[in-house]
Amino acid sequence: AVAFSAPALADENASLVVNGEIEMVTETDAPAHLEGVLGDKIRSGWTFRARETQALQLDDFDNPGMIFVDQAAEQWDTVEGSEGKSCASCHDDVETAMAGVRATYPKWNDQAEEVRTLVMQINDCRENQMGAEPLKYTDGKMTAMEALISVQSRGMPVDVAIDGPAQSTWEQGKELYYTRFGQLDLSCANCHEDNFDNMIRADHLSQGQVNGFPVYRLKNTKLNNSHARFKGCIRDTRAETFSPGSDEFVALELYVASRGNGLSVEAPSVRN
Amino acid sequence: MQLKKLTVAAALVAGAATAGEIAPGDVVFTEDGAIEISLSGAPGVAANAPEIMDKGAGNCIACHQITALSDIPFHGEVGPSLDGAGSRWTEAELRGLVANAKMTFEGSVMPSFFKVDGFNRPGDAYTGNAAQEPLEPLLTAQQIEDVVAFLLMQKDQ
Ligand code: HEC
Ligand code: HEC
Ligand code: HEC
Repeated sequence: AVAFSAPALADENASLVVNGEIEMVTETDAPAHLEGVLGDKIRSGWTFRARETQALQLDDFDNPGMIFVDQAAEQWDTVEGSEGKSCASCHDDVETAMAGVRATYPKWNDQAEEVRTLVMQINDCRENQMGAEPLKYTDGKMTAMEALISVQSRGMPVDVAIDGPAQSTWEQGKELYYTRFGQLDLSCANCHEDNFDNMIRADHLSQGQVNGFPVYRLKNTKLNNSHARFKGCIRDTRAETFSPGSDEFVALELYVASRGNGLSVEAPSVRN
Repeated sequence: MQLKKLTVAAALVAGAATAGEIAPGDVVFTEDGAIEISLSGAPGVAANAPEIMDKGAGNCIACHQITALSDIPFHGEVGPSLDGAGSRWTEAELRGLVANAKMTFEGSVMPSFFKVDGFNRPGDAYTGNAAQEPLEPLLTAQQIEDVVAFLLMQKDQ
């Protein structure tokens, strides 16, 4: 074999313990619905990153994503909108109120009769509880709030429901996952299922899991929502993308999240 | 996974192709996915290939390794090594592979570099916006010939 200069590879045996106390499951048995398409194990994107990138997630003081979480914690207590309320007015303490919430989203909402992402739920509270303007789907303030809520579930296993009323949305997401898009004619599965662990140019392909979202990317030095990542991946196939918040991306998020059922909620994770 | 029977009707559409050049819609593949005649009507220039195969329009290196271009960093692992391609394949087969690898390997993840229709939501390059129709092929007829000439030189050691 010829030695081509390759980026520093991940330490596959490393384990992720955040702040010396939160033990993350970064590899676990694949959920039954995957029927072995990823082999027996699913892996967090963290296991594919270079050592230096992995290290940034070990401690909140080193994790650049935590700055945004702190900003959202202030936002939690900030009154906005015509009703004179903040998130805290109704939910009190974010740590108690939001523990475990991220792990089950996207999730079916009975009253609205729709599958809701965390972003949709936050905007619903803004509009209908606070009388505030909804935020743009990938607005920095929104992504930070998503991260704050996710942090309250760190270390808990992702556990999104795919049956019952959510099933048709899940099926739609699955179909999108296997659809080839763009002039390069590639599906999510072509890269993240057929080729995970392979290098594509300088990128070490992961399984494209969303358990770490929102993700702090060293590339754009901010928190990124999963729909922004989907958009980037579809754009890279030379395709016309879908928009963040579109029905297609909501369905895709549910499906992709379900591929990670059993991995720990890791947000805010750090990626390149 | 060799694609069997394939008939491409050679409908003569007056395209943008210059004299001697074959338009993407008029390409005739053999049953095994090869293309017998030069797409540009001219011989390929191997010296032009490295740039095309690097960050140029081909970006072949994103997926393939090839020792002849080892001065270019980051060769991918999605496709097989192209070392010895010129010993494994004929010129016609290589032309077919680069123009539309799906005619040789059904369902391949390798993009079709000389194809302009049949895509799902084609985009305007990497902008994420809808494409301006008609699409341009990813590589021109002459670029395909250049890459084929280069691959033909990759013989088994
Ligand atoms: C006036 C009251 C009120 C305010 C203010 C409010 N919420 Fe809510 N929130 C609710 C109610 C009621 C529910 C349950 C609604 C439902 O399930 O449809 C809820 C549900 C949620 C959930 C889903 C919890 C779960 O278990 O699924 C999240 C996340 C959430 N709110 C976030 C926020 C955030 C972030 C803010 C501030 C930007 C906020 N809320 C402001 C009343 C409020
Ligand atoms: C051309 C190859 C390609 C295609 C097609 C592709 N991706 Fe990706 N994707 C990448 C690369 C490269 C990365 C960055 C390395 C990594 O994390 O895998 C990435 C990263 C991701 C991540 C971030 C993972 C993490 O842990 O941070 C997610 C999620 C993702 N992709 C989902 C998708 C989805 C959903 C689709 C289809 C809509 C898709 N990708 C299509 C190449 C691709
Ligand atoms: C997105 C990935 C990808 C890109 C980009 C790509 N290829 Fe491929 N290529 C493959 C795969 C995968 C195969 C193996 C065939 C299969 O199983 O589908 C292949 C097969 C081949 C083969 C036959 C391999 C052999 O046995 O020798 C040649 C020749 C080839 N590619 C040339 C090219 C050239 C030239 C380019 C750029 C103009 C290119 N490829 C771009 C993925 C790619």
